[in-house]
Order: sequence, then structure tokens, then C-alpha cells
Amino acid sequence: MSLQEFWDYLVLGVMLGSLYAVIAIGYTLVYGVLQLINFAHSEVFMLGAYGSLIVLQLLDPGDNPSALASIGFVALAMAGSALFGGVTAYGLEKVAYRPLRRRGAPRLIFLITAIGASFFLYNLAGKLFGRDPMTLPEMYDNHDVFSVFGAGVNITQVLQFLTAVVMMVGLDLLVNRTKLGKGIRAVAQDAEVASLMGVDIDRVISRTFVIGGVLGGVAGFLFANLNQVSYTMGFIPGITAFAAAVVGGIGNIRGAMAGGVLIGVVETMTVPLLGDEWRSVSAMVVLILVLMFRPMGILGKQVGRAA
Amino acid sequence: MSAVETSVKDVASAASRLRRTAWYRQPRFTRLWAMVALGVLLALVTGEQGNTRDIFFSLEGSLTGPNLWVCLALTVGVWALREFASTPIKGAVDQAKAAVGRPGGALRDRLQGDQRLRWGLIGLALVLALVVPSMLSRTWQTVLVDQIAIFALLAIGLNVVIGWAGLLDLGFFAFFAVGAYSTAFWTGRLPVEPPMVLNPFWVIPIAVVTCLVTGLLLGAPTLRLRGDYLAIVTLGFHEIIYLVAKNADGVTGGPQGARLIPDFSFDFAGIEYTWSIKPLPYWYLLVFFIVLVIVLFSRLEHSRVGRAWTAIREDEIAAAANGVDTVRFKLMAFAIGASTSGVAGVIFTSKYGYINPEVFPLLQSILILAYVIFGGMGSIPGVLMGAAALVWLPEALKDYVDASDRYMYLGALLVIMMIYRPQGIWPSRRRQRELKMAEEGLGDADAMSEPAGGKA
Repeated sequence: MSLQEFWDYLVLGVMLGSLYAVIAIGYTLVYGVLQLINFAHSEVFMLGAYGSLIVLQLLDPGDNPSALASIGFVALAMAGSALFGGVTAYGLEKVAYRPLRRRGAPRLIFLITAIGASFFLYNLAGKLFGRDPMTLPEMYDNHDVFSVFGAGVNITQVLQFLTAVVMMVGLDLLVNRTKLGKGIRAVAQDAEVASLMGVDIDRVISRTFVIGGVLGGVAGFLFANLNQVSYTMGFIPGITAFAAAVVGGIGNIRGAMAGGVLIGVVETMTVPLLGDEWRSVSAMVVLILVLMFRPMGILGKQVGRAA
Repeated sequence: MSAVETSVKDVASAASRLRRTAWYRQPRFTRLWAMVALGVLLALVTGEQGNTRDIFFSLEGSLTGPNLWVCLALTVGVWALREFASTPIKGAVDQAKAAVGRPGGALRDRLQGDQRLRWGLIGLALVLALVVPSMLSRTWQTVLVDQIAIFALLAIGLNVVIGWAGLLDLGFFAFFAVGAYSTAFWTGRLPVEPPMVLNPFWVIPIAVVTCLVTGLLLGAPTLRLRGDYLAIVTLGFHEIIYLVAKNADGVTGGPQGARLIPDFSFDFAGIEYTWSIKPLPYWYLLVFFIVLVIVLFSRLEHSRVGRAWTAIREDEIAAAANGVDTVRFKLMAFAIGASTSGVAGVIFTSKYGYINPEVFPLLQSILILAYVIFGGMGSIPGVLMGAAALVWLPEALKDYVDASDRYMYLGALLVIMMIYRPQGIWPSRRRQRELKMAEEGLGDADAMSEPAGGKA
């Protein structure tokens, strides 16, 4: 691998990693408040991508939209994905997890529900939208805008990276500065005590799901913009992002961001070293190694204490 | 009702009168909106197949057609019944439950108490299992062997992991793949040469050992931590196995897989026999293995090991404090489950004769999970029935339900079972009680709490 190639792949890796970071936040937030691995988060991500596809098919950008129109299409597609992601996550919490939480069901039951919901949602999407992969309509003319160490960066990548960074900064502010954020942190620390202090746990958990769902949905749009939309698209990014959340320390929001970028870089670097077909294996290998040697993750603290 | 409770209730109702709630936010109407949403979802689920040329096709079809109104009528009807006729319905349900429950409970007590009756029933089931298949058509015989029997074996194995040890293993079928590829390797059908070519019978112990070791390697780093990490690591493991099978052409044969894997045969003391393409001989072979595994595992359930599993499930910290090596016993359950899956893989491969990576998709792991959950985790007759019923059902409904929708319904089934009947349709008594007690805050029902030392 030449030096130039190294920079090329590093830039790609950081871009991809920023996406994983956004998805990983969804896992980590839910884990923080419910101590649950929300397997269905990957389906929230997938349905977000379908949300943007539906918006774009309704609007039909046509050939060569003007710069202003391009921005509009991107914004609307993003809004569509956020809506789909948020609504899916909200419904998921309401229908599947809330009855279990009310009953105080053991964790095994939650996990089985999560995997069942994931299975249901992706097969439902396959049924509703067809089972062949699709591409998003072109919203803008994609070309390189600048370069980092000789590695070209195009509009899609800028869009992806900027959105991810804006969302992460926004989330960080939300969790640390707002009242809802305080509620989320309180529930993550100790739900029972939080409820005694007047935090409406149901509402906080529901909103946490929605926040995670919006982030996941937008990530789905960005991912679809880069690759394709299909009903099975959620699985691999989902499991990779979960690995990122664990690598960064599950329950830790900044850890999820760091872990996402790390996993993105490792995965992308696998491509020139071992070949494209091994890229999703590398994330799992990193996950298992981290669990063996540093099980609390790199930054390993809970939502409440760290962020 | 005590005086305090009554006065609390009075205050609460007075407070709710003071608080103004819009009519549509009253609990009764929020429940109605929920049912309407459920009706729409039901219409989408039962609607037409979509296609990629027009992604709105299915949405339009199911949201404008008569189907939507049927679904809405159904869910709103349920709402109306529950809101306005709940007392008589509840009374009727309770009566029905009592009517079924009393003789059912009596039968159960007889079964528990009367050893002869119990053995008689087990014997009868065995005789039926040996006689009935020969009367079925060839198609059903094939279904019976290729799917029901194989999945029953797998379900018994997964039951050890999820039902007895309380761990969630989502990569169970990966060990099946390990068993299958071991068979291909030791019968000399992979690109890499084995040290010697063996009969599939001899591969079984080898596959057991291979899967045990793989299970230990995978479980050891994970099970030291929180039990729920195992779920995602096994999920990832399944994907790794699948990708290795697909991509490592030089070792696994890549996408083409392996072919012409020989059938079981033996040549012992002058008696020669080869299992061939006919399903029935394989059925008897599988029944033999299933019975063997059931006998071994039910011995295990009531042994020291089984008691350790129960202790870990019900209260991990108390178990550790009493000297149970929790990690070791969890690891043992995981590895035992893995090797059962491996044995099933060997038998399947030898029967089928060829394998490729597409035989081992992730959804198979979820399928077995659904079978175990549906039947009742922790109960051997339960999981046998669960596997048989859920394999049989899609085959029987083949002409009415689109085959590609099968998995959607299975996913929904998992969620519904977890919400309404987590113990399954034929529950193990102990497991049922544990789940109930865990919900009341007494002890636990899985091995997923923080480890005793608080390592993670």
C-alpha cells in the first residue's frame, strides 16, 4: 500500500466511520436507558433509507437540478428519513418494549423481542417495497470539491461527514445542556431514583428512542446515498455500528463516536490489505478482541457519568 | 380494600377531574388510536407483494383496498369489546380457563406422580414416531426428515443454551455449518486434503469436538462479560462463518461449496448397509440420535450441572456466592449446544450430499430460536412440538400464504409470544414460575445480569 493509497483509504474510513458513529449513538442511547441491545435499530436505519427514497420518488429531481433545488431535495430526503426512522423507533418502543418494561420482564425476553421485531420489520420492508436493491435518484451533480493529502473528497462525502458531525454535536449539546438530556442521563444512571425525582421515565425513554431513531434514519439516508437501498441493508452496518458502540464503551455517547470512526477506519483499511470481501469480518474481529482485552471499551463509562 | 387505599383512589380521581385532558387523550381513546395504527399495520402485513419498479404499489394496494377496512373493523372491534364488554368476556375467559385448567392440571399431576403412565406415554410417542412416517407420502417423509427431524435435533440443542442456561445464542446455526464443513472435509470433498478419508459416522465425534472447541473459543472471552454480549457476538460469528465459507475458495470451495458427500454406511461383523436417498432410513437414524440426545440431556438437566444452570438463571450472584463457577457452567451449556448443532450438521450434510454457503444463512438461527420460544424454552416436549408445528405449518399453508412472507410472520410471532406468553405453548413448569417471579422482582430468569465480580 503506497502512502497515497493510505491517505485515500484513511479519508474514506473516517467518512464511513462518521456514519457508523451516528448509528452507534442510537444503540448506545437505548442501552443507556434500558440496558437493552436494540437489534431492531438496524431496521430503523433501513427504513430511514426507504423514507428518503419515497420522498425522492415523489419529488422526482429529474436531470440536473439547480444548486438551490439540490439543497432542497437533500433537505427533504433527509427529513423523510428522519421521520421514518423516528416513527419506527417510537412505534417499536410503544408496541414491543413498553409492555415488557411494564411487566419487568427479564432481559432475555427483551432480547428475543428485539430480534423478533428486527426480523419482522425487515421482512415487512421487503414485502412492501420489493426485494431488489434500488438506488436513490440523483439529487446533485457529484464531483470532487477539495482534497485532503491528495485524496479527493466529493460532495457526497462532504454531505455525509458534515451531517454526521452536526448531528453528533447537536446530540452532545442536547444530552448535556437540555432538560430532556438531563432526564436521559438521570434514567441511565438509575431509573428508579430518577422517577422519584419527578422524571417521567416513560416519556424520557420514548423520546430517547425517537432521538436514536432520527439519527439512525438520517444515517440510513446517507448510507443509501453512498450505496443502495434494500431491505437487507441494515444488518451489516447495524452489527458493525454495535461493535463500534461496544468498542467505545457501551452507554457512552462520545465513546460511540470515537468507536465508530475507529471501526470505520479499520474496516476500510482491510480492503487494500486483505480484499473487499473481508471488510465486515474485520469489525467483528475488532469487537471480539476488544471484549477480550478491554471489555469496558476505550472510553468505557455510562451515559450518566461520562457525557 | 383498606381505608387508605380507598382514600388514595379518591384523591387520584379528584386530581384527574381537576386536570383537563382533551377527550382524544383519554386512555380509552389513546387505546383506540393504538388499535387503529395496529389495523393499518395489519393491512400492510396482509397486503399484496410490492415490487421495486413501483415502490408505492403495495402501499397503495393495501391502504386503499377493502383489506384496510376489514383490518380496521377487526382491530376497532377488539377495542370496542375490550372497552365496553370487558366484564362478561373476562368472566367467560376465566370460566373457560378453569374448565380446561382443572382436568389439564390433574392430568399433569398424574403424569408427574405416576411413573408408569409417563413411561407409557413416552413409549407410545416413540412407537408412533417409528410407525406413522412409513404411512405418509414421499413428500411429507422428505419434509419430516430434512426439516422436522433436523430442526427438532437443533431445537433440543438450543434449548440447553437458552432454556436451561438462560443465554441467547443467535449464531446457533453457524455450528451446524461447522459440522457440515467438517463432514465435507473428512470425507475428502473439500479442496484441502484430509489426513484420511472417513465414514460420516466417524465424523460425528470429530464434529462434536470441533464444535466444542469453537464454542469454547468464542464463548470464553464473551461469557466473562455480560450475558447479553453473547447474543451479538454469536450473531457476528454466524456472519463470519458465512463469509469465510463463501470467500475462502481454497479451503471451503467458495460459493460452489462441496458436492458428492457420501451417505452414512457401515460394514460391521459381516453386515453391510448404506443409507441412500430414501427418507425413511434417515428418519430412523435421526430418531435414534434425537432419543439419544434427549436421554443424555434429561440426565444432565437433573444432575449437578443442571442444578448449577438453574441456580445461575434464578440468581447468578447467589449461585456464585455458593461456589458455582458461573462462567464455567455457562460456557459448558454454550459448548454443549454448539456440539449438538454440529451433529445435526453432519447428518444433514450426509443426507443432502452437497453444501454451499447459501445453506447457512443467518435466518436459520432465528428460525430455530422461534421454534424453541414457541414450544416453550426449557421444556423438551415443548421444543419438539414447537419445531414440528412451525415446520409443518408453513408447509401446510403453502398454497394460502406467500412463501416469502413466512419470516415476517415468524418475527411477529416472536414478538407476540414474548409479550403475551413468554413461557411458550408447552412450558416447563420451573421456567414458567421463574419468569413469573422475575417479573415480580424475585430473582431472575436468565443468565444475563452483571457477573458476580462486576467485571464489565
